[in-house]
Amino acid sequence: MSAAAQGLRERLTGRRRGPGSRAVLPFLAIFAAFVLIALLAPLIAPNDPNSQNLMGRLKAPGVTARNITYWLGSDELGRDLVSRLIWGARISLSVAVLSVALSGVVGTVLGMAAATARGWVETVIMRLVDVFLSIPAVLLAIITVAVLGPGFTNVVIVLALTRWPRYARVAYGQTLSVANMPYVRLARFMGASMPRILFIHILPNIIGAITVVATLEFGLMVLFEAGLSFLGLGVQPPTASWGAMLSVGRNYVGSAWWISAFPGLCLFLLVLSVNLIGDHLRDRLDPKSR
Amino acid sequence: MGRYLARRLGQALVALFGVMTLIFFVQRLTGDPTYLLVPETATQADIEAMRASLGLDRPLLVQYGAFLADMARLDFGRSYIQNVPVIDIIASRLPYTLQLAGGALLVAFFIGVPLGVWMAVRRGHAEAKGFMGLVLAAQSMPTFWSGILMIMVFAVWNQWLPPSGAGGWKNLIMPSVALGLLSMATFARVARTSVLDELSKDYVRSARARGVTTGRLVRRHLLRNASIPVISIAAMEVSQLLAGAVIVETVFAWPGLGLLTVQSIVSRDFLVVQGVVLLGAFVTILLNFAADLLYSLVDPRIRLGGTS
Repeated sequence: MSAAAQGLRERLTGRRRGPGSRAVLPFLAIFAAFVLIALLAPLIAPNDPNSQNLMGRLKAPGVTARNITYWLGSDELGRDLVSRLIWGARISLSVAVLSVALSGVVGTVLGMAAATARGWVETVIMRLVDVFLSIPAVLLAIITVAVLGPGFTNVVIVLALTRWPRYARVAYGQTLSVANMPYVRLARFMGASMPRILFIHILPNIIGAITVVATLEFGLMVLFEAGLSFLGLGVQPPTASWGAMLSVGRNYVGSAWWISAFPGLCLFLLVLSVNLIGDHLRDRLDPKSR
Repeated sequence: MGRYLARRLGQALVALFGVMTLIFFVQRLTGDPTYLLVPETATQADIEAMRASLGLDRPLLVQYGAFLADMARLDFGRSYIQNVPVIDIIASRLPYTLQLAGGALLVAFFIGVPLGVWMAVRRGHAEAKGFMGLVLAAQSMPTFWSGILMIMVFAVWNQWLPPSGAGGWKNLIMPSVALGLLSMATFARVARTSVLDELSKDYVRSARARGVTTGRLVRRHLLRNASIPVISIAAMEVSQLLAGAVIVETVFAWPGLGLLTVQSIVSRDFLVVQGVVLLGAFVTILLNFAADLLYSLVDPRIRLGGTS
């Protein structure tokens, strides 16, 4: 790109292309591919992910049995790994999207409320945030799932419950730094209502920081869901979940490496791409951290 | 110093109290623990009897008071399955988790910090970029997958290390590496950022102008000044390690607190789970407190300036 074109581009997009910004593209593509796979799961999965085939148990990748070719092998019940991986993408991504959305909204609203209301509301909310953050999140999730019981909805609820304080803390800090700016005070003078000030004047200014947290949390949520399912506390069988597939694969490390290798690889690629996108966003939106 | 200490101690106690309150109400609001304790065939009368024997039929606030009183006496109750005090069960498993966390911390610290310093000093060079890729990969690696891969390679394909269980020091290698990788990435990043911060300061430039070599600069100046963020991260990472142990211990059948937690959930031994979670929270609060004290000693601005 010529210098002039670069300059024009900067003026049009309002930002400079930093070094390494092109390096994130392949990972954006990987992430987009996972999203597509998850959305189109019923159309592209070659087989029913839950249909068992006892003659086709533990088949190696590429083996054909009973007219089904297991491109990535089959598991201990003769289920097609490709199809289970495709449907597993759906579980991973939907749990992550829902829990990030839920914890993000709850945390942001509470953080903004604490920063604008001040007084006892602030004390209660921010102390609660401190308390939540002083329990290791994995342990908090485990104890809550243990009481609540496993399953898709409960996993989402538990993840949201354990992760909202992260957003609350960021939203709180950001709101405090914006709330005393002249334009916000002016809006207050002119009689704008509290919700209006919060959502029209403050939220757009803090949403960048929240987005960065949300992206980095997204990868964590994928890992948490897989971890809970690995421990048998997440999504219940026979629903395909990468974490649960790994825990089965652990029993067959000696005889069928593919059962644990491919779900692990999918998890790794998805989380890696999300983390890199998150890092990139942080560099873009939060120059201080560079 | 005295006032700072008192205020910080007060905060730690409030957090401790908050954690106990949170755990109590999470349990009571999300479900009735009685159902976790009675067999699935229990009749309504059995359930009522169990509830009364546990004191769960009392008003919530009375139960809460009794719970706090037990906690103050360090009474975590008795395991329903083994009929042994929870604290004894935890004590018998704790050494294993400490060994594992210690091993993981060694891996994380002695690989992560040099890697981070290297990446900062050689910023922009090919090998620094390569290391960064390594760090990002380690950060995105699910511990249960890296654990299984290691078992596959080092225990099944090559019989170099025992695949699981506790025994000699050889059993500790793979779990420590699996658990330490994630923290390694964190240490490397923090060390890199704080060394980069130091590198841009005037004293570094004048030292360079006087002809101080890079190696000496790093050893004599940078490491000392860049150590504060690393200390604070170390405290946080230890509590992360304790939580990560749940998965790693399950993968390697390592008989520590993590495996105990999972086993207790499966056997519905709820007070044991609660005991482990409380212990994890206590340790986290204690470590954060210790880290704050440590850097108020290293950096007097923290205790004098009053910014927390």
